[in-house]
Amino acid sequence: MLLVKDVCKSFFPGTINEKIALKDVTVEMQEGEFVTLIGGNGAGKSTLLNCVAGVYGVNRGSVYVDDIDVTRLPEHKRAAVLGRVFQDPMMGTAANMGIEENLALAYRRGEKRGLRWGITRKERELYRRHLERLELGLEDRMDIKVGLLSGGQRQALTLLMATLKKPKVLLLDEHTAALDPKTAQRVLEITQQLVEENNLTTMMVTHNMRDAIKYGNRLIMMHEGQIVLDINGEEKKKLTVEDLLRRFGQVSGEEFANDRALLS
Amino acid sequence: MLDIITGAISLGLLWAVMTIGVFITYRILNIADLTVEGSIAMGAAIAAQGITMGLNPFLATALALAGGMAAGLITGLLHTQLKIPALLSGILTMIALWSVNLRIMGKANISLLRMNTVYTFLESFGMDKTYAIIVLGLLLVLALVSLLYWFFGTEIGSAIRVTGNNPHMARALGINTNTTLILGLIISNGLVAFSGALIAQSQSYADVQMGTGSIVIGLASVIIGEVLFGRQHFFGRLTALVLGAVTYRIIIALVLKLGMPANDLKLFTAITVAIALSLPVIKQYLNPHRFREVE
Ligand SMILES: Nc1ncnc2c1ncn2[C@@H]1O[C@H](COP(=O)(O)OP(=O)(O)O)[C@@H](O)[C@H]1O
Ligand SMILES: [Mg+2]
Repeated sequence: MLLVKDVCKSFFPGTINEKIALKDVTVEMQEGEFVTLIGGNGAGKSTLLNCVAGVYGVNRGSVYVDDIDVTRLPEHKRAAVLGRVFQDPMMGTAANMGIEENLALAYRRGEKRGLRWGITRKERELYRRHLERLELGLEDRMDIKVGLLSGGQRQALTLLMATLKKPKVLLLDEHTAALDPKTAQRVLEITQQLVEENNLTTMMVTHNMRDAIKYGNRLIMMHEGQIVLDINGEEKKKLTVEDLLRRFGQVSGEEFANDRALLS
Repeated sequence: MLDIITGAISLGLLWAVMTIGVFITYRILNIADLTVEGSIAMGAAIAAQGITMGLNPFLATALALAGGMAAGLITGLLHTQLKIPALLSGILTMIALWSVNLRIMGKANISLLRMNTVYTFLESFGMDKTYAIIVLGLLLVLALVSLLYWFFGTEIGSAIRVTGNNPHMARALGINTNTTLILGLIISNGLVAFSGALIAQSQSYADVQMGTGSIVIGLASVIIGEVLFGRQHFFGRLTALVLGAVTYRIIIALVLKLGMPANDLKLFTAITVAIALSLPVIKQYLNPHRFREVE
């Protein structure tokens, strides 16, 4: 469903500030696969997702979604097949617009936008049903501005927006990192629910090893722009945090455990 | 006194069209677009030259609208295709328009005295010119507010609104933010030039200097409208702009009446806008809990 082939990405190439973020990265994801992606700060996780989404062009290599080469497509064209949720809850929703307006914009992802009214009565019913299932009480205040919602509510709404029109690939970049632990767990449950119901091909970046092990059916670890670990199936199910720490220590020569955030 | 008020109302209604244009870039697209200083004079120039050449005043006014749209398109292309910052793109177009406007007019100003204008047909019913302007201005502003309320509720209109609010999200939802920015700039500058054409015909002359400082007048009207008549609902926000533009003109007429020299007008307006824009900071400064407030 997603194929990233020999992708290289550096920032400021050809200058003394050159920063190589991805070195010949190749990943192939089958339909319905749920990958959790971990790695230290600056490993290149966000860059990988941004190269898939078209936020950045790549220096070398190709990106295919469902066998279609999207390497040269601009971000807004690729959006037709991608659902995205970002780390910053402010990024995924429009604060000055209502909940239903945000959903209506998301419902038209990849569609041609014309002079029809931006939201129809029939859609409102659909949105209400979806919001009810989030159990956040948002279904009764669909016209309030998103800016009035909490970070967790906004992330849950962004998740719903990203999946309202089924994407071929769902990209989640540390989408619970800015939330308190309890809210983060709730948003992860919602993520799991939406991914399962829609059988979504998903790549989820997380800095939390437990979550990386608990969720998904494949785990990828990155380090300095490369994939250093790729585990799936039974092996992934048996994985423990200690295993991961040891593997990380081997590839990096650093103590991953010192990074408290990773274990929180 | 009544004359002063009706005069202010008539002028305010024409400037309301310009104010709505400024609102579209400043509030909806979230950019300060200085093109307007050139496009308002361009609207006046095209209408005045057209009328002098014998064109129907309504046609001349429509051409002015089209000219403004072209100016907006240029700024939009400079910004989105050549990646020049929005503020600078607007300044470049504004400067270029100065020369363009002089070429259109062939001289620095054109008088429209005793010529047909869009107001003439109302005057022919025996209406005084000021009242003719108020009647036509009201009709136009009403039509415009309704049209824009509809447009910004459509799919394309919503896409323009979300572009100003959150461009990252807009792109992630498949919106070409370059296109929506350009569209917004075209609509905004079209309206500003349209307003320029109406103003020139109301005062019976067009002047190449006319745009100088107009952005500040537009902003002042937007802010006065929001502070005094602000509403949540989009229709309410649009009508507040009209009321803001009219209120601004009334305030100006009154301070002039009270004896302020006309040359100080721009200083007065600039200070008013500076104060209005800094209200949030002033409020926070006056707040005794300001040290606990982190924003
Ligand atoms: N926009 C950018 N400009 C310059 N350097 C960047 C940019 N984005 C990321 N980088 C660099 O690329 C490397 C990978 O960053 P990133 O993909 O954000 O890491 P991660 O998400 O794994 O923490 C880092 O060294 C970072 O400094
Ligand atoms: Mg990151």
